[in-house]
Amino acid sequence: MRLIRETTHIDFLGPTRRKIALAISAIVILISIGSLFTHDRPLEFGIDFTGGILLEVSYPEAADLANIRNNLAASGFEDAQVQRFGADTDVLVRLPPQDGRDPDELRDDLRRTVAVGTSEVELRRVEFVSPQVGKELTERGSLAMIIVLLLIFVYVMIRFQWKFAAGAVAALAHDVIVTVGFFSIFRFPFDLTVVAAILAVIGYSLNDTVVAFDRIRENFFKLRGISAEESMNTSINEMLARTLITGVTTLLVLVALLLLGGESIAPFSIALIVGIIVGTYSSIYTASATALALGVNAQDLIEPVKDPDLIDELP
Amino acid sequence: MNRYPAWLNILVIVVVLTGILFALPNIYGSAPAVQLADADGKDISQTQLENFLGSLESDGVTPEAAYLKDGRAVIRFASVEDQQRSGERLRARYEQDTNVALTLAPRLPDWVRGMGLSPMSLGLDLRGGVYVLLEVDMNTAIDNRMQGYEQDIDERLRDARIRHQVRLNNQIITVRLQNSEDREKARAIIEDADAEVLIGDGTDGKSLTVRMSEAQIKERQDFAIEQNMTTLRNRVDQLGVAEPLVQRQGVDRIVVQLPGVQDPTELEKILTATATLEFRLVDQAGDLPGSRTYPGRAGEQSQVLRREVIASGDEIIDANSGFTPEGQPAVHITLDSAGGERMLAATRDNVGKPMSTLFIEWREEDVTRGGKTEKRKIKTEEIINTATIRGVFKTRFQITGLTPIEARDLAVLLRAGALAAPVYKVDERTIGPSLGQDNIDRGFRAIQIGFLAVIVFMAVYYRWFGMIANVALLSNLVFIVAVLSMVGASLTLPGIAGIVLTVGMAVDANVLIFERIREEIAAGSSPQAAINSGYEKALSSIADANITTLIAAIVLLAFGTGPIKGFAITLMIGILTSMFTAIVGTRSIVNFVFGGRKITSIPV
Repeated sequence: MRLIRETTHIDFLGPTRRKIALAISAIVILISIGSLFTHDRPLEFGIDFTGGILLEVSYPEAADLANIRNNLAASGFEDAQVQRFGADTDVLVRLPPQDGRDPDELRDDLRRTVAVGTSEVELRRVEFVSPQVGKELTERGSLAMIIVLLLIFVYVMIRFQWKFAAGAVAALAHDVIVTVGFFSIFRFPFDLTVVAAILAVIGYSLNDTVVAFDRIRENFFKLRGISAEESMNTSINEMLARTLITGVTTLLVLVALLLLGGESIAPFSIALIVGIIVGTYSSIYTASATALALGVNAQDLIEPVKDPDLIDELP
Repeated sequence: MNRYPAWLNILVIVVVLTGILFALPNIYGSAPAVQLADADGKDISQTQLENFLGSLESDGVTPEAAYLKDGRAVIRFASVEDQQRSGERLRARYEQDTNVALTLAPRLPDWVRGMGLSPMSLGLDLRGGVYVLLEVDMNTAIDNRMQGYEQDIDERLRDARIRHQVRLNNQIITVRLQNSEDREKARAIIEDADAEVLIGDGTDGKSLTVRMSEAQIKERQDFAIEQNMTTLRNRVDQLGVAEPLVQRQGVDRIVVQLPGVQDPTELEKILTATATLEFRLVDQAGDLPGSRTYPGRAGEQSQVLRREVIASGDEIIDANSGFTPEGQPAVHITLDSAGGERMLAATRDNVGKPMSTLFIEWREEDVTRGGKTEKRKIKTEEIINTATIRGVFKTRFQITGLTPIEARDLAVLLRAGALAAPVYKVDERTIGPSLGQDNIDRGFRAIQIGFLAVIVFMAVYYRWFGMIANVALLSNLVFIVAVLSMVGASLTLPGIAGIVLTVGMAVDANVLIFERIREEIAAGSSPQAAINSGYEKALSSIADANITTLIAAIVLLAFGTGPIKGFAITLMIGILTSMFTAIVGTRSIVNFVFGGRKITSIPV
């Protein structure tokens, strides 16, 4: 069976196509960055980052959110956010960090408040995170991203050449910005697992990019006498089936994870699904187009031959 | 063409069998059990285990299995009722010197356990429990130590009859003296007392500044952390929780994990419990007013102690185990000056008489009386050591007459008695048991369905070669589980997500190979040649692709905490095992099925 015809000749990198792709990427990135800057809070950070208190409560019957909110407000928790979590009976209560209140008393207070008016509530999860830990996590998360991008740049530079490395990193930055932007626009909760997912997206997207580069390198040597653009286009076409199939199998498991994995793992699955779709696009367009724009050609990949005569001529 | 040498085939078979063996313990599931551990941290003996079983037998309960593991006794039952009844029974009988905890134990057959194999452990998010991250207030720890120095310097200078003024500010002690001559004398005295402190000159020519060196500060921090951890460990052990974890994290933090505990208030009791020590003289005649008999902790004799306290735990600045110049094991104790004064007075008059160390602990417990629950402070007092006073001493002295192990334990207890620094909570997570079970169920369901979808897709798309890739995918799952069980890493929900992701990505290597084979055939190669060059030419792409993903996983592991680490570990293991199964594993099957004979077409 085949998903696509055996040999495709899609013109991915033609001058017009490239401009259209560039325009699309630019617009999407601008929207993403715009969303990050125009919202009061750039992202719906989870308490991993902001600090605060989180309760997951399970009620015996469908929970009355308005009632819970009123009870909480009456007990002095006006700033509590209350929302459904998966099932009708499950509720998530979030509170920002409470200055100067003893966390243990606070927890007991909350526990009593959410139980008002019902016989049997089950506290499925209670998390208390100090803002200080959150700040450290944000710093470590950003640092991890930067280090990954740097290491990858170095690796691709060693294995290929700096123009390819620049293309790869441009594609990855594109993926990260768009995925984060997606979370900002649609206000999905951004927690620690999403950071992990984005790093996994970097790994995956790079996977795609490097496989394409590998074929480009091979074709640079095999198909002499054609332009770099044509050669790269052929390579992308040759790898298209593989790119799509791996994308499909990975998306299959991620959709299973999203639908069956439960509410707490959902942001993780969403980040990966978005990231993999964007990553597949970017390894075709962003990575190769950037390398092409930087004037990559077959000469770049040939080891410079050290000319012994040249050394002899030195004074 | 396309034959593997015999050794390579054997290697593949051996690796696969080893993987299956290590993954095996995970299929048996777990059963309710009771775990018994010695309260003093000693190993439980076979005889003790038989005693436990004997007392259960008389109660008419037959356990499913009973064995010793890591110095603890584990008794497994067929039902929760049996477990709870036996737990109560054992607790009533052995509570004095044994910590009894209800837990879950893997239902392993004896031969599997006999080989030392064990299943993956589950993280707190999968089994429920309490996680607390504590921060030790290091500034207070250092402040306390500096106050000790301040008093010590003040006293030494007074003893040497040097007029002076001492002030402690911002963890720096300033000593003002009359003239530069006195300053040099004072410098010598301070150096003599502690050679490690950093002594600097004041700007006015007749003062000194004293502060702790970097090494001393680090030592102090380590000491404060270690002391807190020892205290917490001792208390956690008494909670009766199976497999508790108390672990240092970074410079100033301690992680406490209590699987199975549902109520963080139980942990509260541990954190709020305070303990102290008192040094008191033994009332040998037993007739002084106010004297009282105190029980001895395991192995120690009870004694009648006098009412007066010579020194208490908050006056202990430091306690270390070590040796006397003669080579005898000893505990070296440093008191602050107030305690030292009293110790001097007491020892001067009582050389040759015994002195005891009394350990006192307060704990808050809920007591139900007449249907009402109230909090009550419970005080425990025990003698942990009695020794004969061998000479007159003041702030520094040693307790001898112990074995090296006893010396170490006593030093730990002395340190544990007085907390060097307060701790406060920075992160607390409680996961209920039903959520844990839900997480397991959902996670495994996602793996099953995702796996099934990929298998069907591969079989339809690549036919027989797809089936071979599926065998590789299945063995990859087995390998991930085997490695996780082998290294003792615990499985978490993000870890499951990592496995799911690996299932999707692991076929990539085979997709690369199979697509390449198709290309080669389209280019006119013979089937055998196509298989060969398909595997060969795809190799560099596969290596590059996997190394880059590995880079991301390693950085994640290095920077991530808690949940992220679980994801990074499974992702990393998955990448490595999938390289093996997808390249070597499938090749050996392909070679076995198609290699070395004439074929006209291949089902790819």
